[in-house]
Amino acid sequence: MAMKFKTRQVDGVTILDLSGRITLGEGSVTLRDAVQDAVSKGEKKILLNLANVDYIDSSGIGELVSAFTSVKNTGGELKLLQLTKKVHDLLQITKLYTVFDVYDDEASAISSYKA
Amino acid sequence: MTDGTTSRLSLTLDSALPSVDTVEQNAVEFAERAGFDADTAANIAMVAREAAANAVIHGNKYDPQRHVSAHFEASSDSVLIRIADEGTGFDSSNIPDPLAPENLLRSSGRGVFLMRAFMDEVHFRQLSPGTEITLIKRRNG
Repeated sequence: MAMKFKTRQVDGVTILDLSGRITLGEGSVTLRDAVQDAVSKGEKKILLNLANVDYIDSSGIGELVSAFTSVKNTGGELKLLQLTKKVHDLLQITKLYTVFDVYDDEASAISSYKA
Repeated sequence: MTDGTTSRLSLTLDSALPSVDTVEQNAVEFAERAGFDADTAANIAMVAREAAANAVIHGNKYDPQRHVSAHFEASSDSVLIRIADEGTGFDSSNIPDPLAPENLLRSSGRGVFLMRAFMDEVHFRQLSPGTEITLIKRRNG
């Protein structure tokens, strides 16, 4: 299943609810465009909800890293919410779990931006 | 695959992204045929996908005149996937470590690392022209 996303705002945080596969090609491009769209609108607090992302490859991991860097470079923060086991394991193996701020529940993630 | 036979498939694919999906689909099928559980089969398919993507993008550089060869073997205790491109080749001993602090935030360069993380054996061979990569996973590996 190709990647899809919906955008919503909660307490000033832009949440991207992603679903499907973030892989080389369409999935990675969709994620890139979604984050760039939020950044271009001046959003600084961006939360990627990965609860329904069941598959990611190295291109998808690279896209997460690029998104993290591009949001940070504009003075914002990109965080991750609800990793599936597969995505969690891949971020652990690649040592990126320590780079990203990862949350299991949305309320905690939202509050973290206020800290 | 519990009767000692080996199942094989060889494909010649275009240097295009749909070939990456074809390799992934066949890899998962052969991994399951070799008796791997769904999670392991998905990991095997993912790294086969990485090898195919490297062949299409970095090896053949999407050149429609060049092809990607994909070979799959499933036996009762292992799966073997061999991907070859027709590019100019690359030095597999000179791949930056994606876990090094200075490389952690790079947006690429993790494909071969993931192959080595999830497979029991990863071999590179220079062809003339091209690069061949062989991925092997054993059930008791």
